[in-house]
Amino acid sequence: MSTETAAAANTQEVVKEAVPKEPLFSAKNKRLLTDPLDDDNPITVQVLGICSALAITVQVQQAVVMCMSVLFVMLFGNMIISVMRNVIPSRIRIIVQLVVVASLVILVDQLLKAFIPDIAEKLSVFIGLIITNCIIMGRFEAFAMGNKIWPSALDGIGNAIGYAWILVAVAIVREIFGSGAISFPGIGQIKFLPESFYEAGYMNNNLMILPPMALITVGIIIWIQRSRNQKLIEEN
Amino acid sequence: MAVDKNSNAFTFIFAILMVIVVGAVLSFAAMSLKPLQVQNNVEKKMINILTSIGVDADRDNAKELFYANINKRYILNSTGEIISTREGEVESTDVEDPFNVDVKKEYRDPTLSAEDRNYPLYVASVDGEEVAIIPLVGKGLWGPIWGYVALESDFNTIYGANFDHKTETPGLGAEIKESWFSDPFIGKKIYDDSGNLVSVNVVKGSAEPENPHAVDGITGGTITSNGVDEMLERTFGVYNSYFKNNSQISQKQ
Repeated sequence: MSTETAAAANTQEVVKEAVPKEPLFSAKNKRLLTDPLDDDNPITVQVLGICSALAITVQVQQAVVMCMSVLFVMLFGNMIISVMRNVIPSRIRIIVQLVVVASLVILVDQLLKAFIPDIAEKLSVFIGLIITNCIIMGRFEAFAMGNKIWPSALDGIGNAIGYAWILVAVAIVREIFGSGAISFPGIGQIKFLPESFYEAGYMNNNLMILPPMALITVGIIIWIQRSRNQKLIEEN
Repeated sequence: MAVDKNSNAFTFIFAILMVIVVGAVLSFAAMSLKPLQVQNNVEKKMINILTSIGVDADRDNAKELFYANINKRYILNSTGEIISTREGEVESTDVEDPFNVDVKKEYRDPTLSAEDRNYPLYVASVDGEEVAIIPLVGKGLWGPIWGYVALESDFNTIYGANFDHKTETPGLGAEIKESWFSDPFIGKKIYDDSGNLVSVNVVKGSAEPENPHAVDGITGGTITSNGVDEMLERTFGVYNSYFKNNSQISQKQ
């Protein structure tokens, strides 16, 4: 058994030497960053991580904090798993992945509670639920377990940003139509709808604040995306 | 050295090491961030208390305004006797300090009966008048709800109120923390003309504006509204004897 592994390790090394060193931002590595933004978007194409997209997109600032938390967990999680990928016993690899994501999420949760308590309170349980966000476990298992640290880091950033821009887009739509204004920390609320609208009888759409409208907004984004990107249309 | 990564021994060692490392990292993080988090909770509590007497505070000036407005803090027992009094700075280690009484924790603790709990009361002076602030805690639909009610020196008229919740439904029960819900409490009476405690009821639909004992409930948030109603009635019931004794004293004078 041990000679077999040693032999396998040898052949691996030979293969490594044969491959010429890739530039840091080769075309392949760039695709890791850009694919999740459109062609392989975690939310609109893979339909993962929908739960949090529905729950915390009422306000832009909540969505941004959520996205930064996910970015942190994705980036470091992918890198940690990638570093350990040759050591993790395959029988407990899912548990190991879960431990990595859970501890990173607890870390984020503690940091948020200490430094931005007001937003942490609004995000409440959803920071904890990053643990169950399928995007993260999916990337650990599908990518970081089989790739070196640099591509894994890029893949983490790419997927987190792919998740983030959908969330922020949904949040902007929901906050403008649900509250009529977007509140920024430190600046206060910036009104997007002129007062004359309200005088003419316009009212903020309360439905926008409720989760169903988030699902409909995501649906509209998927519709627009598919109408523009022919690759995403299934044949049948 | 070649190690069989699929052996049981390796798997166990890996798992044990991982747990130790992760445990150490997380407990270090939790310990070092704890003071900041405690500080945040103290500020939040001060802001909530100040909101009930209509003082707008934010995290930067919460402490300052709290000490400027709140003069005295008492702990009452369930029969309305004062068992502890504090003034000035809050010492976080002082368990007898009314500010450090965690009413939520005591309310949830099944080993503490209603008679054994501590009941804090804060006295603020607003425009030369003494206002008593009492904390409330109760059950909403999904989780705990809480708040503070401020009473004028007659211990009858509500000076202000504010409510908060942990996990009520956004747009429905969660609305109890909005001012449109808590503002109508201002000016309501908790005793009727003959001095019987009737509390302020959160009624379904809309309350008569002239009715001194009722405010509007939340459509679609009936269970949360009922929770607020129950919490008010139960808490006023406990403080009742303190209110009666003290308002009699002020009447005699």
